[in-house]
Amino acid sequence: MNELFEPEIVAFVCTYCTYAGADLAGTSRLKYAPNVRIVRLPCTGRISPMFILKALQKGADGILISGCHPGDCHFTHGNYHARRRWMVFRALLEFTGIPSERVKYSWISAAEGGKFADLMNSITEDIRKLGPFDQYKALIKETEAPATF
Amino acid sequence: MAKIGVFICHCGENIGAKIDCNKLAATIGEHPGVAVSVEYKYFCADPGQESIKKAIRDNNLTGVVVAACSPRMHEATFRKACAEAGLNPYMCEIANIREHCSWVHTDPDMATEKAADITRSMIEKVKRNNKLQPIEVPVTRRALVIGGGIAGIQAALDIANAGQEVVLVEREPSLGGHMAQLSETFPTLDCSQCIMTPRMVEAAQHPKIRLLTYAEVVSVDGYIGNFHVKVKMKARYVDMESCTGCGDCITKCPQKKISSEFDCGIGKRTAIYTPFAQSVPNKPVIDKATCTYFKNGKCKVCMRSCQINAINFDMQDEFIELEIGAIVVATGFQVQNNAVYGEYGYGKYPDVITGLQFERLASASGPTFGKILRPSDGKEPKTIVFIQCAGSRDPSKGVRYCSKICCMYTAKHAMLYAHKVHEGKSHIFYMDIRAAGKGYDEFTRRAIEEDEASYVRGRVSKVWPKMSKLMVRGVDTLLGKPVLIAADMVVLATAMVPQPDAKEFAKTIGIAYDEYGFFNEAHLKLRPVESSTAGIFLAGTCQSPKDIPDSVSQASASASKVLALFSKQTLEREPVVASNNEATCAGCWGCVLACPYNAIEKKDILDRSGKLIKRVASVNPGLCQGCGTCVTFCRSNSLDLAGFTEKQIFAEVMGL
Repeated sequence: MNELFEPEIVAFVCTYCTYAGADLAGTSRLKYAPNVRIVRLPCTGRISPMFILKALQKGADGILISGCHPGDCHFTHGNYHARRRWMVFRALLEFTGIPSERVKYSWISAAEGGKFADLMNSITEDIRKLGPFDQYKALIKETEAPATF
Repeated sequence: MAKIGVFICHCGENIGAKIDCNKLAATIGEHPGVAVSVEYKYFCADPGQESIKKAIRDNNLTGVVVAACSPRMHEATFRKACAEAGLNPYMCEIANIREHCSWVHTDPDMATEKAADITRSMIEKVKRNNKLQPIEVPVTRRALVIGGGIAGIQAALDIANAGQEVVLVEREPSLGGHMAQLSETFPTLDCSQCIMTPRMVEAAQHPKIRLLTYAEVVSVDGYIGNFHVKVKMKARYVDMESCTGCGDCITKCPQKKISSEFDCGIGKRTAIYTPFAQSVPNKPVIDKATCTYFKNGKCKVCMRSCQINAINFDMQDEFIELEIGAIVVATGFQVQNNAVYGEYGYGKYPDVITGLQFERLASASGPTFGKILRPSDGKEPKTIVFIQCAGSRDPSKGVRYCSKICCMYTAKHAMLYAHKVHEGKSHIFYMDIRAAGKGYDEFTRRAIEEDEASYVRGRVSKVWPKMSKLMVRGVDTLLGKPVLIAADMVVLATAMVPQPDAKEFAKTIGIAYDEYGFFNEAHLKLRPVESSTAGIFLAGTCQSPKDIPDSVSQASASASKVLALFSKQTLEREPVVASNNEATCAGCWGCVLACPYNAIEKKDILDRSGKLIKRVASVNPGLCQGCGTCVTFCRSNSLDLAGFTEKQIFAEVMGL
């Protein structure tokens, strides 16, 4: 009964900063919670809000978006687009009934392996506190038609 | 029907010890569409690659997933192996189960479960991969070398001697960098000026090298083979064409007490100046900040003294644009500001100086003409205390890394001092003596045995003045006793740190840097001279602390990389570019606004009679860098990014 809830978290990260930061955490042999699954993209500018919804629909309990620090984008300003898009999308998330605490946004550079490991632990804890995200699952059960892509 | 081959690498014990690869291979083997699921100790090794190739041929695989290390490590290796087996290389994906899984998790079951998720997600992606062809782009055969120190000069000369054009940009008025400031160099004790200045002259006179001094790179656009670079030529107020470098203006300038940057504040210079006597080019500049005319609106003594009217106070900064194929960054280092050590009194007591200031004192062309004299009273010091690791290897006040050169130059300083002041006594406080290098340990032994430098293993806790002396309190940890020395001069072996604007500069040219501001190499061991950006290479101390031999070696390595790039007419680029579905494009031009590279153009679609049907967006694959910002922007879902299509990413998410 006391078993810890293990949240499923999907991270959408850019290949130049955060993915490299995650690699650095690996080469530095830092240890962190195994709950996050990474989807690698060229740039945070490539991240569509639809990806986030799709991951939540698939059963993710939390989402992370992470890219280069402002000003450091390999593609000069992809991360600014991502940030602006997120600011708009956050309001819509609440409107669709998804609490925006389930979606985190952060900047992690290729040099910040430690920060990446810390973030993995903190996001896992945060989402664990929020509990399983079952709105989508309930909805799917209700309509008895599995959402397909 | 997809036939995917999954190859799970143990990476010796790196993956195998944490993840149950046997179980993983069995689980993945049951995933729909997987035709082959095998494990092996090292897939990156030759037999491993051969087994992948064999599996592709035997099973007619349509896609390959290698579950191994980061794609940043071996994606290219495995894609090449696939291509050799006749499979389109872009049908190969890497599932990162080492850096992102086995190395970072402690629970083997959870790690195995995560590895399965990562692998499944890549299988779902690869099922939707498209066969892509690399894009050919032309190469501009002209290199840009940024920084005119020894590394930059070496790289420029190597490239130019191979017959390719080079533009060498230096922000100071003269070439030379830090090496020109040094007195004699370890371990051979040859005079730095004697080996450096001929190289400077050679670089300046080389027919293939265009030298731009007092100039800074302000922007870099484009990509490998096709960079557009903007350089700011700072106003010198001296016409480079007509100036003969006679130096009349310098002798007449009334501002004579400006602290000389080249002499690290020990010497003085004028407002119109060349940094040092052997400057290349040996033509002065006017320092706007200290010039009397620029401050008060009158003076112009230099203008009157110039017999050929080379001085022009109306000169403005100019900008020039360059087309460049490859860039070598050799922007060098700075010494740390030792004021962080209040207990050593740097900046407070004039006879506490840095190693670089000692170089200027010991240099024959320095402010004291090579005599070791105290800055406070001009007397010859009879006892000098050298403090090593003043900043290096000190996470609390300095930097965590070892600056690598200080053990050697401190031994050299003790030797130079012994050679110049025969009765002088030197004490060296050290943590460890790190003298790895050809002839290096022999050199430090010589300092101890022949030149009688007294090495004290321990740190200094305080320096304070007493009469005309500097009292140095430290500890000898080998004897376990405190030490008190009355010294005439204290020399700090200051840490090497990145240029203060290194991070800003890295952003300007688009390369990665580490936590300190040193520029990141693409791979520390295997690609040490390439930056994270294709076509930009690194040389010298901008990458990490280095001595002269290492800087020169790295510069030559960078030059050879540049020359390899220039050996072809065209080069192949990753085909990760956006494309547009013109049938559904509504022509809203959101993508045009989103694109950071102006790679999206407007294209007219005409009917047979030449009448305009509609205007749509069209991506120029030569300019597109593949960030995908436009794809996400596209309201009608017309744009997509090869290699990271909507379908692929959705499949990847659904596969988790």
